[in-house]
Formats: sequence, structure tokens, C-alpha cells
Amino acid sequence: MAGNRKHAHHESLSRLPGNKSSRFVPYLIPGILGLTIIVIVPFVWNIYLSFTRWRGVGPVRFIGLQNWQRLFKDSTFWISFLNSFWIIVAIVVIPTILGLFISSLLTDVIQKKFGGKTASFLRALFYLPQLLPVAVAAIIMGWIFRPEDGAVNALLEQIGLGSLTHNWLGSPDSALPVLMFILVWIQLGYPIVIFMSGLQRVDPELYEAASLDGANWWQKFRVVTLPSIIPELLVVILTATIGALKTFAPVYLLTKGGPGTATTVPSYYSYNQFFQVQQVGYGAAISTALTAVIIVFSVVFTIIQKRVEKNLV
Amino acid sequence: MSQSMTAAAAKRASHKTQHVRSAGDWVTLVLLIVAALVVLFPLLVLTVNAFKTQADYNAAGPLSLPKTFTMEGIVSFWTTTKFPLKFFNSLIISLVVAVAAVVLSVLNSFALGIGKVKGNTWIVLAIMLANMMPQEALLYPLYTMFKAAGLYNTKLAIIIIFTIIQSAYGTYLLSSVYGTFPQAILEAAAIDGASRWQVLRKVVLPISWPTISVLFVFFFVWTWNEYMIPMAFLMGDDVQTIPLALATLQGQHTMEATTLASASLLSIVPTIIFFIIFQRKLSQGITAGAVK
Repeated sequence: MAGNRKHAHHESLSRLPGNKSSRFVPYLIPGILGLTIIVIVPFVWNIYLSFTRWRGVGPVRFIGLQNWQRLFKDSTFWISFLNSFWIIVAIVVIPTILGLFISSLLTDVIQKKFGGKTASFLRALFYLPQLLPVAVAAIIMGWIFRPEDGAVNALLEQIGLGSLTHNWLGSPDSALPVLMFILVWIQLGYPIVIFMSGLQRVDPELYEAASLDGANWWQKFRVVTLPSIIPELLVVILTATIGALKTFAPVYLLTKGGPGTATTVPSYYSYNQFFQVQQVGYGAAISTALTAVIIVFSVVFTIIQKRVEKNLV
Repeated sequence: MSQSMTAAAAKRASHKTQHVRSAGDWVTLVLLIVAALVVLFPLLVLTVNAFKTQADYNAAGPLSLPKTFTMEGIVSFWTTTKFPLKFFNSLIISLVVAVAAVVLSVLNSFALGIGKVKGNTWIVLAIMLANMMPQEALLYPLYTMFKAAGLYNTKLAIIIIFTIIQSAYGTYLLSSVYGTFPQAILEAAAIDGASRWQVLRKVVLPISWPTISVLFVFFFVWTWNEYMIPMAFLMGDDVQTIPLALATLQGQHTMEATTLASASLLSIVPTIIFFIIFQRKLSQGITAGAVK
């Protein structure tokens, strides 16, 4: 078989003996056709639009690099990426750190001492916000933070901290931190569920051995827990960072990027250019830049990921 | 690998009864319960206020229990937004997308993972990139294309777009599963003289059914939860989905707090029911995705 394959340079073989791989091409046609029409053509078209001036109707005018020159001088654009950094803190950094502690406590204390049912029940509670449509989750949290009579303000009044009541999502000083808080709430369940499944793989004898050596909880966490779930950790960081860079619905529904540019993120900024100010070419430039950032990040991260995982084996 | 996994799990299970609960264990339990309650707090407050009158809310605020129990808000959202219609729209879109995207993923992966079609590595790479792409980078051309095709403001437009987007993820995952499909089984099928189509239907499909059903559940939930593209495409009241209906309501400035609470609660009921039914498939899926 292997010898056969070497000689048949022009005809590659499938994994199904007796079937040339070219005979499988018909199975690929619907998928590739769909992908071309729905993803590849629009993506290339969008790149082309980034070199044009267009108001969505009328003629498309080619203007070369003007949109891109404007982009690099546009402070709102840079602010939107700076805000993305804070969104990454809220969606990646904080939930991952909290998730590491919560999942290891759930696995090593609750599951061991109080039973698997208690642990999975608590896990389900943490996961609940992840399950809701993100638009609905955002609207619910917006309701909790209502400026006049929301639950957060009411709670502050009741515990005698009435002076702290605030127009949470409407003030420049609190809009971004509150948005971040909401995103942490939505995201937290994701790393917990993934880390917990990774931790099921760890041999309990490693913990026993560490305990016999007199290691405390923190030392066991560092020496046993953390190294065991590095694959899961990398997956969570990669997927959550891509998700964070794409954040749209919570911003659109809660703050419209404001007040001012306090919570503007790239995806909202491009949407705003497309549909609110009808600067299609400029919106296309912003979304192309965002795509480039996501792809560069993913490629670099995947290379690092492969290298780290190779060292683990 | 999987053997040591089950061994570890079994050991863990047998260990759980041998330990005595220390004070520290109880403190951990209490702390985690408090943390879970903090996460749950917004949903609890929402539920309480969904059954309150606005007058009651104005007088006593959001944190007290309702003085009189009312279904007014629920009924009003149900009738004014034609909730059954929105539910039907969400259901039909998500269901058709899930079925169609699974079919496409299987066909693609069969050709890529088992057929090893020429250039399969490059095709998988392109599909992976399609997965990462922010929807904004496709939005305006898609909007223009579907308007020109007369499909703007139709459920069909959303169905076509998300079938392709979800199948990109499905193909990425499933083609690597099929890439490691047991060679012996394929050889046995070839000796029996099965055609490619028969191998797919009678051999590959049944064996990979667990992965396929997880993909189905995920495609359904993801499509149900989508917001940006449906919002840009579905303008008409009669084609909108549940998240869009709730967002429209929230956008009205005169919106009363209790009405919004009732509407939000009603909007999450289908999700919660779905979660209870498919809990096992969902948790399998989340972890399967992570290992990949």
C-alpha cells in the first residue's frame, strides 16, 4: 500500500481502498460552493470596499488608500482597540483566573467531599449565563443596572450606601467597568466547565503524593492542577480572545459605544459606519483591520500552542 | 490515554467517600454557594419582578417580593410581540440550520477526512479562517447580495448564511475526526464491495453519530442565540426571532421595568427548557470542542 502510494504521484488515494481521492470531489461541491458564496466572495468584496467611497446606494468610487490613511489617524479607531484590550481583560483574563480557582475547588474539594452531584449542580449555576442568548443576557444585566430604579441602585439604597447610586452604563467613568463586569458574568461558566472536564484526567494519586509531602492547597494547585490542564487553558485563552475581539451585541444593546467613545469597540464601530453613517468603505476598512488582527493573533497563538503542547508530551 | 482517564475517574470516585469533611471544606462549600448566588442574583431579581405590578415596583423597588402576583407583563409581551410567532421563527431557523449544517459538515468531512481530496490541508485551513472571521467583515456584501437576490428580510437568508457559517465549524471538527476513522473498518467495507455512498451511510454515519448529534445541538443553540446578522437582515415584525423581539422592546424608552422583566423571563424560558432536555449532550459538546 505504502509503496503503491509512492509511485502513484499523479493519482492520490483515499483512505477507502480502491477509491481514488478524486472520486470524492462531488461530496465537497455543495460545501465549497456555499463557502465561496457566503464567506469567500463577501470577504474579498469587503476588502475591495475598503478602498472605495460608497454610501450604500449609487456609484462605488475607488479612492485607493484614503480610508486606510484615515484609519491610522482616527483616534476613535485606536480607542476602539484600546477598549478591546479591556474587553479581553473582562472575557479572557478575569474569567480564566476565577475559573481556574473555582473549577479546582469544585473538583478537589466539593466533588471529593460533598459528591459529584453537588459539584455538577454548582457548575450548572455558574454556566447558566453562558447558555442565554448573549443579547438577552446583556438586556437582563442592563435592566439590573437601570439608572433610576435598577436593582443595583436599590440594593445600595437599602444597605445605606445611597450616595453611591449611579447611572452605571450612562456615565463616562463607570460605563466601561460596568460593561466589563457584565461580560465577566456572561463568560465565567465557560472556563469553569472546560477546566473541570480537564481536571477529571488528573490522577488523584498525584494529589495524595503532594499531600503526603506536606504541600498546601496553593502548592498543589501550582504543581499538580495548573500543569495538568495547560491544553484546556490554551484553548480557553484562544477561543475567548477571538470572541472578545468580536464583541458586538452587549455594546450595541447597552451603551451604543458611549458615552462618547467610552465603550466603542471595533466591531461596533464598523457596524456604526455601515448602517448609521452610511460610510460603507470606511466600515469595510475597520472590519478588514479587525479580521487581520484576529488572524494574526490566532496564527501566532496556535504556533505557541503547538510548541507548548509538544514540550508537555 | 482514555484508559488512564477512566482509571483516574474511577479512583477519584472511590476516594470521595473515604474523606472526612474538614472545617475548610465547609468554608469552601459556603464560599462557592455564595459565588453561585451572586451569579444567580440578576436572574432571581428578574423572576421576582416579572410577576409584579409596575405600581408595586415604583413603591417598593425591585428587591421586595410582589405584593400581588400578576401575569400582566407576561401576557402583554406574549400578545403584543406575538410571542408564539417569534418562537416559531427562532425554532424553524435554528432547526433547519442545524440539520442542513450537519449534512454539509458530514459531506465535506467525508471528502476531506476519508476521501483525502487533493489539497485537503489547504481547504481545512481556509475553513478554519472562515471560522475566525468576524461577521462584520462579511456583513455589508452579504446585505447587498441578499437584497439584490430579493431575499432580504426573509428567514431563508438567515438560514442560508448560518448553515454555511456553522458548517465551517462542523467541517473543521468532523474532518479531523474522520481523519482518524479506523482504517480496518474502511478496509472491511471496501472488501465487501460497498460504494462510497454506502460506506458513508452504512458505516461512517452510524459510527460518528455521537459527534454528529453534539454538533446538531450546538448548531441549534448557536443559531438560536445569534444577534447581529439577524438584526441587520430581519426588519419585519413577522420574521423576527426571540432575541430581536426582546431587543426591540428594550429599545423603547418608555419601557416599564416590570414589562421588561417579564419579557426577558419569557425569552429565556425556551433556552432553559432546552438546557434541561439536552444537558448531557451540551456538556459533552463543550468538552469535546475543548479537547480539539
